[in-house]
Amino acid sequence: MLAPRVIRLLEDIVGKEYITTDATDMLCYSYDATQQTFLPDAVVFPENTDQVSLVMKMANVENIPVFPRGAGSGFTGGSLPIAGGIVLVTSRMDQIIEIDEDNLVATVEPGVVTEQFQQAVEKVGLFYPPDPASLKFSTLGGNAAECAGGPRCVKYGVTKDYILGLEVVTPQGDIIRTGGPTMKGVVGYDLTKLMVGCEGTLGIITKLIIKLLPLPEAKKTMLIMFDSIDGAAQAVSAIIRGKIIPTTLEFMDAATIECLRKATDLDLPKEAQAVLIVEVDGDKDMIDRQAEKILDIVQPLGIVNTRVATTPAESEDIWKVRRSVSASLRNVNPDKFNEDICVPRSRVPDMIRKVNAISDHYQIPIVNFGHAGDGNIHVNIMIDSKQPGQSEKAEEAIKEVFAGALELGGTMSGEHGVGNTKAPYIPMELDPAAVAYMKTIKQALDPKNVLNPGKILLEDAPVEAQAN
Amino acid sequence: MSEQKRHKTLDDFRAEIDRCVKCGACQAQCAVYKTLKRESTVARGKVAIAEALLDKDLPLNDRFVLDMSQCLLCGSCYDKCPNLVPTDEIVMAARREIAERKGLSTFGKALTGVIKRPKLMDVLAKSGQRFGAMLFKKVPEHSGLRLRFPVPFIAQDRAIPEIAKKPFRERYPKKIAGDADKPLVAFFTGCMINYTYPEVGEALVKIMRFMGFPLIVPEGQGCCGLPAHAAGDAATVDQLADSNVVAFAREDAVVVTACAPCNAGIGKHYRDMGGDYALLGEKVVDVLKFLVDNGLLEKLATLEPSQETLKVTYHDPCHLRTQGITAQPRALLRALPGVEFVEMEGADRCCGLGGTFSVYHYDTSLKIGARKAEGISASGADVVASACPGCMMQLQDSIEHAGLSQRVCHVLELIADRLPV
Repeated sequence: MLAPRVIRLLEDIVGKEYITTDATDMLCYSYDATQQTFLPDAVVFPENTDQVSLVMKMANVENIPVFPRGAGSGFTGGSLPIAGGIVLVTSRMDQIIEIDEDNLVATVEPGVVTEQFQQAVEKVGLFYPPDPASLKFSTLGGNAAECAGGPRCVKYGVTKDYILGLEVVTPQGDIIRTGGPTMKGVVGYDLTKLMVGCEGTLGIITKLIIKLLPLPEAKKTMLIMFDSIDGAAQAVSAIIRGKIIPTTLEFMDAATIECLRKATDLDLPKEAQAVLIVEVDGDKDMIDRQAEKILDIVQPLGIVNTRVATTPAESEDIWKVRRSVSASLRNVNPDKFNEDICVPRSRVPDMIRKVNAISDHYQIPIVNFGHAGDGNIHVNIMIDSKQPGQSEKAEEAIKEVFAGALELGGTMSGEHGVGNTKAPYIPMELDPAAVAYMKTIKQALDPKNVLNPGKILLEDAPVEAQAN
Repeated sequence: MSEQKRHKTLDDFRAEIDRCVKCGACQAQCAVYKTLKRESTVARGKVAIAEALLDKDLPLNDRFVLDMSQCLLCGSCYDKCPNLVPTDEIVMAARREIAERKGLSTFGKALTGVIKRPKLMDVLAKSGQRFGAMLFKKVPEHSGLRLRFPVPFIAQDRAIPEIAKKPFRERYPKKIAGDADKPLVAFFTGCMINYTYPEVGEALVKIMRFMGFPLIVPEGQGCCGLPAHAAGDAATVDQLADSNVVAFAREDAVVVTACAPCNAGIGKHYRDMGGDYALLGEKVVDVLKFLVDNGLLEKLATLEPSQETLKVTYHDPCHLRTQGITAQPRALLRALPGVEFVEMEGADRCCGLGGTFSVYHYDTSLKIGARKAEGISASGADVVASACPGCMMQLQDSIEHAGLSQRVCHVLELIADRLPV
């Protein structure tokens, strides 16, 4: 509960209409895609940077935690108010301020939905590549805070590769600018890179300066079915070794294909044990040559069949296979833990073998698919949490999956971030000195630990979390 | 007959509510959320609120009523939900719960009261009064709500159709003969075609004659019951369904609708109700789908080409889009001589009428309509065709509010205009 005095201060800052303490609203801002719930004490909807700054200044004086939130679609609890306090929603800061066609940069507010931004720049022949699966509803501010990825990252890189500069409200309420609209800039520490991926623990992003590319002229999509997971994995390495970097290189394992067979009427022959969806983009004649070369390269690797889309509708059909995966998993078990480990691309087959062994050992179905081209595998541990013992088994299995990824030189999260759900596992990946280094930064910038406490660095949580 | 009826309670939706994993995908679909940007308006918020009511974590208060009213029942969220959570049905169940626990006056009692008495509507029509002024005069102030519902159905500047001098159904008391080898078609008109858009009914008659289908407009049919469904009034739904079942049981026929919500009202909803209702529900087909399935495209191809070039775009009514009926209307428009079909941006987005939604939330409805008008304007079309009288009314309103001049009509009217007399 916030003191009435605090509520009045917030009303003065954002306006009466844009703060709520109603029980229904507290419920509605208590969750994200992790399905954990933590009730906040108030939700505010600031309109501009100054209001965000004033909220943070007040939070420091009053010692109240503040949790920035975009679309609330994160997979690791990054926006959840795990210590009560104030949820700060960026939904009103949703303007595309400028698309600069001379310099190929855009300036936007954090609440702009990623797909809307992509459509706006594509209208003028430009291109913003990062494409997290949530792009139709997640925000650019949230994408930057989490450093979101997506299928196209194989060729184009992740969100941080496109953020040139930021306007940020610091944990203590100062307004700073990092980087700028130039392609080069080396004055001072690279605070832009520090902020992107900090999960809203070191500052609240209030403006983004984004790098754009020319929109590729055309793309070509191929669906290739293999008779073994090894064939598919070798294909990934062979394509990259062949000096071709496709736009996307998505893979699905046998368990995923089996889910699709059961849940959909997609044409997936029995012999298909792994599927790759490969897309190339660029000039028309170039992509035809690339597609041919890719098909040549994979030919000796146990192909069941291949489909090459020649029209946008056929390409859409191929992507439908990939998009049907999530829903089809429901038939396996009702609850899923979706972990997004990332390993060096050449180690993908080793990782799949490890995961299959873990699945056998714990007798829990694990379904793997994802971005093979950059080694980012979505490991879906499927359980029925209503069955006794399953949740515990899943937790053990997750730990082993992380350990497996780390053994292969990988990381436990490619794109979802740490939030509160992966925070307990941090010591598995980062050595104590690195954790201490991060803590020093956090403590220096946020001495009262009021901005998104309890995320990434677990020990900083001021209040015991109460998940349910 | 009443034993067969079964309207699910909110509690019956437990499993579906559990299926919601709060991924947030519904934010990309919901027109109300996109306008208001509050989590309580989007599907996952509503599902969380409904669950909290069931778990007694939240009371059934004014806020709950308001939240459950903030839904167009357009089904867009269900369409794209990875876990297929039927939020529209959950909202309707919540509204029934409200009606039951609070008494009908909290959820549009008078509105459903008026719609279930066709006789009264006839009287109003004959008196020549404007639709809104007379018909909805009795919509009450909704007492007890934290936010007042300020706007009566017909805001001063809302574009509304006139009430027809003679309701459509009174014009065709007898069977219209057709070819001996063709099945009998029974036309379920719905209220809006009967009272305000009889020209759509006339167009349907002309096309059925051209195609050679014998046609009846069964007597005793009434409202499909969808507005009552949306208002949580299960008793009225049942009563209307009983008369419709009797009216359509007299002759064995394919039942066509030319109003998308009516198609859901007597199609999907009757199928869900089971028994005799389901028998009627199984026979229901949208007229545009029926015409394409029965060779109208081929017949249109034999028509004389035309010098005219009318640019026409199409708006998908939610209740057809959610059934996957999106290609047929476009194919028919493309096949028409003198018509150049152009696609508009956001053709599949709800128009913002949402049945009674715009009664209570006209401001939001206007904003949703304004986005629609942008797409219409950018398409360069002269005419916006649709397949739902409700959408037609809302589109006309949106066009006028945007200062545009496109004409709105039913796909059937454009077809009928181009057939030989």
